[in-house]
Amino acid sequence: MNIVECTEINKTYQQGKVEVQALRGISLNIKKGGFIALAGPSGSGKTTLLNIIGGLDHADSGTVNVDGQSFDKMNQSQLANLRLHSIGFVFQSYNLIPVLSAAENVEFVMLLQGIPAAERQGRARTILDDVGLKDKYDRRPAELSGGQQQRVAVARAIVSNPSIVLADEPTANLDSKTGQGLLEMMKKMNVEKKVTFVFSTHDQMVMDYARRLVLIHDGLIDNDLVKKN
Amino acid sequence: MSIDIKMAWRNIWRNPRRTIITISAIAFACLLLVFMLSFQFGSYETMINSSIKIHAGHLQIQAKEYQEKQNIRMVVPNPEETGRILDNVLYVESYTYRAKAFSLVSSKNRTYGVMVIGIDPSREKMVSTIKNSIRQGSYLSMEDKNQAIVGRLLAKNLGVLPGDELTIMGQGRDGSIAATVVSVKGIYASGIDEFDRSSIQIPLTVFQDVYTMDNAVHEVVVIGDSLRNISKIKKNVQGQLKKLKENEFLTVLDWEELMPGLRQGIEMDLTMGIVFYLLLIIVVAFSILNTFLMAIFERTKEFGVLMAIGTTPGRITKLLLIESISLTMVGIIAGIFIGSLLTLFFQYHGIDLSGSSELLAQYGISGMIYPKLSLLSALSGPFAVFFITVLAALYPALKIRKLQPVEAMLHV
Ligand SMILES: Nc1ncnc2c1ncn2[C@@H]1O[C@H](COP(=O)(O)OP(=O)(O)OP(=O)(O)O)[C@@H](O)[C@H]1O
Ligand SMILES: [Mg+2]
Repeated sequence: MNIVECTEINKTYQQGKVEVQALRGISLNIKKGGFIALAGPSGSGKTTLLNIIGGLDHADSGTVNVDGQSFDKMNQSQLANLRLHSIGFVFQSYNLIPVLSAAENVEFVMLLQGIPAAERQGRARTILDDVGLKDKYDRRPAELSGGQQQRVAVARAIVSNPSIVLADEPTANLDSKTGQGLLEMMKKMNVEKKVTFVFSTHDQMVMDYARRLVLIHDGLIDNDLVKKN
Repeated sequence: MSIDIKMAWRNIWRNPRRTIITISAIAFACLLLVFMLSFQFGSYETMINSSIKIHAGHLQIQAKEYQEKQNIRMVVPNPEETGRILDNVLYVESYTYRAKAFSLVSSKNRTYGVMVIGIDPSREKMVSTIKNSIRQGSYLSMEDKNQAIVGRLLAKNLGVLPGDELTIMGQGRDGSIAATVVSVKGIYASGIDEFDRSSIQIPLTVFQDVYTMDNAVHEVVVIGDSLRNISKIKKNVQGQLKKLKENEFLTVLDWEELMPGLRQGIEMDLTMGIVFYLLLIIVVAFSILNTFLMAIFERTKEFGVLMAIGTTPGRITKLLLIESISLTMVGIIAGIFIGSLLTLFFQYHGIDLSGSSELLAQYGISGMIYPKLSLLSALSGPFAVFFITVLAALYPALKIRKLQPVEAMLHV
């Protein structure tokens, strides 16, 4: 079953007077339970593609379906709701709300979903335990290391059981050891909780962990490798 | 506490210095408004009360049109009869009779046109404060015949002191010449210069004799127990008067009708005050708008994250409004609190206003003013500040709705 279906996506940016074609008719399907890396040179369109899949940005043409719902006629609020229930995000940095503690950051998503306070607190703690942040519930983002912040971001992304988590270079700001710990943790979530992950990355380690590697070049898919193991 | 409110509160204190400055601006505006409005209301009350107590009274029964024409022939012919009505009206504290005629008053060297007022000394002292404002000599008594008390400025202009003689000359009710000689018994300083410059009081019986009034008077002056009950007294007296056909030509006027200038003065003063306050509030609102815009600009990336994790634009607007409204509320509550304390302090101790504004002096305020804190003066200004500040906060909060998530995320 495909969670994401993209067909013929085009996206052009205006940079001053120059038009930059970031995506040139990309089509990509993503199955449930996948652990997928999008790789490619800088400027090849990885972030643009992730943003379009996540409904943060609009494609100029082509169609996007997530969870069987087409983005075509959705307004901002409807897209926000779709993200809330079906899509989790992890960015390269600055993922968390600085005034909220680790647990509150995780709870916030559930608050938006209207989950009662007691349940929210319990689930936030459990998921923070799962990502290895026991005893860090009440730390503010500024009091956490980069790797710990990324773990909170992952916890927040998966706490509401989304269909897919989109992670744009989640390890880029981390040293390799910390990055590996984060990857292990996400792999565990992928295996245990069947969360689908899509990464964009330059990091060889991420590509090694991925079970499917999509190489993007100049806004087109160059190669789509499904590893066997 | 809900996360929304927790978030708002923590965001407010992210930049404590800016927040404190903003709260102080709001609080200061509110404090100023509370104090100024209380001050104005207090001074109006003093003005009204002193004018009422010096001459106008709360209500007067007069012949119709006497107020405009001041014609000596327009009289209340049987004052005792109206008196009997007033004896039985609820809330009436006291009343007295007066007769008035414009006449020439001469000392040895000078002559002035003034209002000669016939008063009943025993009743008058329960209605007006003139008895207490005698500066030289003494007040009229029931036994006095050809004696008079004179306003301070008039006495100065005429060059008379207690004991000196004055000649009064005017026209009687029947058209005959009214003339008499009186000696100055006392000199009063009511505080209202206009009154002290142009009035002289003699016993009512003497007046009625000199001006051939028979038993008639021009004004039956009524004091009620408080300003609040005046309209009730007025209605009641009007009703009672109507019962007798012969009273048809009498009318009841309240203090606002008796002193239209006072009311206009108050309205004008209040209007000017309100214009000034609005300008003040708008200046404050702009500085607050600036604060809100800056705070939001700095946090654009954070809004991008909020949108990415599924916060709707409406929800973000709500979060921002909670922030700005709590901030405003803190300032407003502080302002009301400090403003009320300040006002109460001066309400108790008074403010010395010797040499004050013309309007106040004209209506008998030259010494102490006591601001008067009321629900209206404590809340109306701050409410306006709240309303305008929330309007100012609405703009940036709604601007967020235009923000695209990707643009926000790119923001540093
Ligand atoms: N908001 C934008 N305005 C203008 N041009 C943009 C914008 N976002 C992306 N681009 C351009 O679109 C192209 C694709 O950018 P994108 O960020 O998707 O690349 P990327 O593969 O994520 O690169 P990197 O690996 O460096 O993150 C680039 O040429 C970039 O300059
Ligand atoms: Mg990128």
